[in-house]
Amino acid sequence: MMTSSAPTTESIVGMTPGARMRRRVFGHYGLMFGLAVLILIIAAAIFAPLLTSHDPYAQSLFMRMKPPFWMNGTNPDHILGTDHLGRDYLARLLYGARISLMIGLLTALVSGVIGTTLGVAAGYFGGKVDLAVTFLINVRLAMPVVLVALAVVALFGGSLQVVILVLGFLLWDRFAVVMRSSVMQIRDLEYVNAARAIGCSTTRILLSEIMPNVVNNLIVIMTLEMAHAILLEAALSFLGLGVQPPMPSWGLMISEGKEMLLFQPWMITIPGVALFMLVLAINLMGDGLRDVTAPEAKG
Amino acid sequence: MLAFTLKRLGLAVLVTLTVSVISFSLLHLSGNPAAALAGENATPADLEAITRQYGFDRPLPVQYADWLWNALHGDFGQSYYFKLPVSSLIADRLSVTMTLGVCAICFALFTAVPLGVAAAVRPNSIIDRTALFLSVAGQAMPSFWFGLVLIVLFSIKMRLLPPSGSASWQHFIMPTIVLGYYAMPAIMRLTRAGMMEVLNADYIRTAHAKGAGAGRVLFKHALRNAIVPVVSLAAVQMGFMLGGSIVVEAIFALHGAGYLAWESISRHDLPTVQALILIFSCFYIVFTFLSDLANAWLDPRIRVG
Amino acid sequence: MADTILTVEDLTVDIPIGAGTLHAVRGISFDLKRGETLCIVGESGSGKSLTSLAVMGLLGKRIKRDAAKLEFDGKDLAAIGPNEMRALRGDRMAMIFQEPMTSLNPAYTIGDQLCEALHLHRKVSKAGAEKHAVELLGKVGITAAESRLKQYPHQLSGGLRQRVMIAMALMCEPELIIADEPTTALDVTIQAQILRLLADLKREMNLALILVTHDLGVVARIADKVAVMYAGEIVEAGTAAQIFDNPAHPYTRGLMRCIPVPGKTKPGEPLGSIPGIVPSLVGGIEGCAFRERCELATAACRKTVPERTAKGGHRYRCVHDIASAKVA
Repeated sequence: MMTSSAPTTESIVGMTPGARMRRRVFGHYGLMFGLAVLILIIAAAIFAPLLTSHDPYAQSLFMRMKPPFWMNGTNPDHILGTDHLGRDYLARLLYGARISLMIGLLTALVSGVIGTTLGVAAGYFGGKVDLAVTFLINVRLAMPVVLVALAVVALFGGSLQVVILVLGFLLWDRFAVVMRSSVMQIRDLEYVNAARAIGCSTTRILLSEIMPNVVNNLIVIMTLEMAHAILLEAALSFLGLGVQPPMPSWGLMISEGKEMLLFQPWMITIPGVALFMLVLAINLMGDGLRDVTAPEAKG
Repeated sequence: MLAFTLKRLGLAVLVTLTVSVISFSLLHLSGNPAAALAGENATPADLEAITRQYGFDRPLPVQYADWLWNALHGDFGQSYYFKLPVSSLIADRLSVTMTLGVCAICFALFTAVPLGVAAAVRPNSIIDRTALFLSVAGQAMPSFWFGLVLIVLFSIKMRLLPPSGSASWQHFIMPTIVLGYYAMPAIMRLTRAGMMEVLNADYIRTAHAKGAGAGRVLFKHALRNAIVPVVSLAAVQMGFMLGGSIVVEAIFALHGAGYLAWESISRHDLPTVQALILIFSCFYIVFTFLSDLANAWLDPRIRVG
Repeated sequence: MADTILTVEDLTVDIPIGAGTLHAVRGISFDLKRGETLCIVGESGSGKSLTSLAVMGLLGKRIKRDAAKLEFDGKDLAAIGPNEMRALRGDRMAMIFQEPMTSLNPAYTIGDQLCEALHLHRKVSKAGAEKHAVELLGKVGITAAESRLKQYPHQLSGGLRQRVMIAMALMCEPELIIADEPTTALDVTIQAQILRLLADLKREMNLALILVTHDLGVVARIADKVAVMYAGEIVEAGTAAQIFDNPAHPYTRGLMRCIPVPGKTKPGEPLGSIPGIVPSLVGGIEGCAFRERCELATAACRKTVPERTAKGGHRYRCVHDIASAKVA
């Protein structure tokens, strides 16, 4: 039978691997869009004090419930309006981005360390270790995440550290599953056997032969779990059992806006759209990175 | 097949036990249950009395064994807040959650599978791009926010649907959409990928060569094979969804088990929370178990070894 | 009954790929009478499989088919709509594929799949269809046919599956069967059985059979007529005797040298091979497509190649007048 080759394969023949990779990255609209939005949000979070002169915690009795700039009765000093306590909504949104990003990053780190350790151990050693890890993954999947997270936060109190730790300890399953199967695929390849044959220690093999070859998958899962953690934190805070007031968490802002749903729907629109854009950007970046570097991590 | 089933069953029981041990210790180590029970104005004497009465001073493994023994007999203790048996409390609320779960998974399947099929038949068409957009957006949309947006649109602006409660079938429409939308992206992507693969299979060409029409080829020959993994995914998603219904029930004040869980957590009602965690994880375990069975039943290569 | 069942004139198959077009089949012509076996021979990529799919109307949506004439029993296949084409497929013309392991649907029983072929084209009861299926399974040499109906494809071996595929093709008693490398994926002993079966069925049912293959051994055993394809063109066509006894085209001769002849090829004697690779089929080809690999190539081969006819309707496309030179 004829094999019809894709149009791109012919044109990229002869390019250096670096050029080919650059072409794939820059040609991926989802990845570029996600990256651009994410950089924008990170910049907004870092430079929040420069972008607004308002204190996200400063209340004002006279400036309550001012609508944002596209509505009537707006105050030029507060372009995104003020909330029910008269706090500047833009300032809360910008400082809220810090919380979401921090939660996402730190949770993904905690869960990444747990999940990767378990997954790599299971994939590399197999046998009883693998059985034990698989069992743990099953147990973890059977625990209702939202319920357990809510319960623990309720008992320990809702500080940022508690939320990060709880989510970190609950969201490691995907790391473990993907790392386990990626390591299994490469643990008996020639170059790993060669390292074993010349007498490398297990630690050395894991760090210098195995890890560099699964790190693509790890980064992809990391981005997707960041998005997952950000959404969960928002949900917990929305339910009143995550980050506690007066911190400017986007989930909390939506929860507070819920009370004014009838008259001031913009109060949930603004943090909702921000949350949606952030998670969308991270997801698009994660999907894009997977398409570009590690197509086998799908699913 | 029997050996396989028994092995899976044994594993399921072991997983359930482990979950219960973890959640029990988590709840009992993370706070003082006596304080939770006594309320804010309790004196140290009250606390001591309660501690002795409920046996909180006993070693944790003993308390756990006691709890497990009773739980196996259907007795999850008394709710601290409602002062009612937890089992009857949950039994009352479970039907709402189950109804919501079934409606939501049906909604997800009936929208995601046709979309996935259409997307696979015409890759890169408008339908494919719309489906991709819906699935990417779906994964990024916070479900609680989506719920509120629906309330603003359909209850406040258009006055079409009731915003909260569980009195009539109309009350279930928005919760069904919100909860179902959560499962849609995964089901759609899997349907699309499965159909793309199956449509390239040799036996599809055979079906065309027999003179079967496009519809027959698509649904009888292709979908029948592509749907097998989708069914098991749907079962697993159903397990996740029941666990995730807590958020949706909270937004729409749907008085199901999820709402009960939220209330009980806020009130530090440990026996109820403990029982609910166990029940929701049992749901997940049962559904994954069913998914394995469904898989074996739908695929003759597993069924007729 | 020697009437023509299939006439193909100037058939082309074009596959659009990104920038250009892959001209996979470049204007081929042949015809076939009832009771005749035509073998289309060629290496991978010569367009032989696409030719058979083109006749069946089974090319993908993106692939373009064009022909001056494509007639099945006097019916113009190029002019009829997809519904009429579908009605013909599986009924009057049937196809057997290369991969018996994957050509049966894993989700349905053998019986379901056999009966479906009949139900699609005839009004018959379920019992009637099953009876017919059992008969045909017996005919293609499957024992315990009745119990096979309830089995799934994964429970059968490759040889059995190919027999099922053949039975399925026969369900509506077609007049034309196209078999695309039906024995390539099978063990050598099974190959011989399947070929004998096809030859017997053809004789018994007065079928017209097109057999697509790259295996000249198969051709020698079964063919009445042979068409040798190279780079999307038929470079030589004639009766089996003409081709085997008197190959004219340098490519056909090259192919002949690649197979050992019992009694002639001495042990240890190297077999022939054809150097080089098939030219790219993207865009047009000037002159003879085989010239890069041909030992007789001259400057004249860059020009348009004439189609020559030797005695007895033996046709070949070559700049050199090989057949007459030999006779002379």
